[in-house]
Amino acid sequence: MKIMVCVKRVPATDSRIKIAADGTSLDTTSIEWIVSPYDEFALEQALQIKDADADTEVVIVSLAPAAATKELRTCLAMGADSAIHIKDDQANTRDAFTTASALADAIRDAGADLILCGKMAVDHDQGQVGTLLAYKLDLPCVTEVRDLKIDGNEVIAERAGGGGTKETYAVPLPAVLTVTKGDKEPRYANLKGIMKAKKKPIEELEAAAGADHMTVKVMELPPERPAGRIVGEGVDAVSEVMRLLREEAKVL
Amino acid sequence: MTSILPETSTTFRGLDYYDMDDLLTEEEIMVRDMTRNFVSEHVMPVIEEAYENAEFPRHLIKLVADLGLLGPTLPEEYGCAGMGPIAYGLICQELERGDSGLRSFVSVQGSLVMWPIFAYGSEEQKRRWLPEMAAGRAIGCFGLTEPDHGSDPGGMETRAKRDGDDWIVNGAKMWITNGTIADVALVWAMTDDGVQGFLLEKGMDGFTAPEQKRKFSLRASVTSELVMDHVRVPDANRLPGVKGLKGPLSCLSQARFGIAWGVTGAAMACYDEALNYTKGRVQFGKPLASFQLIQAKLAEMVSEITKSQLVQWRLGKLKEAGKIRPQHVSLAKRNNVHQALKIARTARDMLGANGITAEYQCMRHMCNLESVYTYEGTHSIHTLILGQDVTGIAAYS
Repeated sequence: MKIMVCVKRVPATDSRIKIAADGTSLDTTSIEWIVSPYDEFALEQALQIKDADADTEVVIVSLAPAAATKELRTCLAMGADSAIHIKDDQANTRDAFTTASALADAIRDAGADLILCGKMAVDHDQGQVGTLLAYKLDLPCVTEVRDLKIDGNEVIAERAGGGGTKETYAVPLPAVLTVTKGDKEPRYANLKGIMKAKKKPIEELEAAAGADHMTVKVMELPPERPAGRIVGEGVDAVSEVMRLLREEAKVL
Repeated sequence: MTSILPETSTTFRGLDYYDMDDLLTEEEIMVRDMTRNFVSEHVMPVIEEAYENAEFPRHLIKLVADLGLLGPTLPEEYGCAGMGPIAYGLICQELERGDSGLRSFVSVQGSLVMWPIFAYGSEEQKRRWLPEMAAGRAIGCFGLTEPDHGSDPGGMETRAKRDGDDWIVNGAKMWITNGTIADVALVWAMTDDGVQGFLLEKGMDGFTAPEQKRKFSLRASVTSELVMDHVRVPDANRLPGVKGLKGPLSCLSQARFGIAWGVTGAAMACYDEALNYTKGRVQFGKPLASFQLIQAKLAEMVSEITKSQLVQWRLGKLKEAGKIRPQHVSLAKRNNVHQALKIARTARDMLGANGITAEYQCMRHMCNLESVYTYEGTHSIHTLILGQDVTGIAAYS
């Protein structure tokens, strides 16, 4: 069993986002980079399959700038066997279609029984790459999978459907799954893993020089949060607060 | 692991004013970030309560062991990771960002017990203890200081006398981190042949380790006495590789190296807290951080943390190159602890009344650092070590 896990390097989730002077991209100076958390959930699913079956091989594939190897090494330190680094210094502004094409080319060449992606990268939050990748590879796809297991030539994938239902799918391999947070907490890259990762291979590929299919016209920060307001005092205010929570904030 | 979704973000961003990360390898940064995330996710949620209740959070032992943080620089053949000194220093820095007590546990286990067993132990001692200690299944403590002999360990009264194939150990040790919970105690005792190290095991007849209570510092850490009353110790438990005070002193050099890094983590936590607090707290209609007196304090903190970071990094490079001298370690321990303690006190002041509460970290760090200022060579003793080094005249002999 060979599992490909697609990962993306994204700004740390607590980064203070600034727009670059061109008005169409993020200012990446002083950004701290991490592996997108949903990709870590996907990797953990793959590693647990590997824990139970020593013949399973877990390969990381990532479109990332040439200098960005720390996130790949982190995945290797968590327990992946090897990585494919598709070098592209514009990786962070690539549109989903171009990204999926680059990943699909590498996966087609390397071969895989199962392809896992995070349900989305926590930078642009688009969630397109997994499904586009399935389209490019002409494979079935289940999105937002909470848990999965291998059963013979099938993968059994569990996801949350509408209205709190639990849906369980059986999908013939090979297949593409996009993974969301489930019960499997991603493991730490421990010291032994970090030492082992130094010797694990990272295959380097040059990204095909394809043009993006879309361009970002404008990127803007959200408006400043409006000041708080007093809607009443004491017990009298409760019903109004409840109404606002329900109708305006939509949190109830 | 960096799986922090925005809604549960507990990330800590350490001060890095001089882009010190440029001086670190990718591997060192991975170790630092892993330890930092571990502290955010597993230490910060429990440490305040543990401190208040004067309990060492023992469930953390298995977690730090699984991460490989116990004896991380020792070789793989003994179940360790074979990391370099800078990675070890960064581990200490990040753990002490959480609490000096947790860093003390790791220092004692790794530098004061595993390291001397590795450096001076028999092969049998190494095989028996190192993998167990790396896995956190066996806990170690280090007995050098005595009730009446602190800065002057050469005056120790603990004695070991040869008796056939065994030794009989008598005496008492004090201020021993991990003592009560330890499975093995490395006890230094005077013999006819000078000071030697003995591995005393929990349960040996005549050996007890009562806990020292009522501390105002290092409350989330176990501190104990070791009492040896005619304890019979097989010669196989004696460390064969070293005789004389250089044995325990060389262990202290290992541990002090980690302390020099560790306290910078505590200082970074206090700076971070003071910066965030003074930016958010409004007095006289504007944030505290807009006042000159506050900015002067922040500027001083940033300067001293940056200097400590450079000192500890250079110390790590000297250690890597095999050029380190104990006096180099003294300079770093002395400077970095002193500055960290000053920063913790300043942060406590800047937080006003809130600074004395358990809602904030600075007073806990401040109280912890009072111990760190004193243990592993007091500030004064390190001053005299440096004085002797530059003048050639020992002030304490």
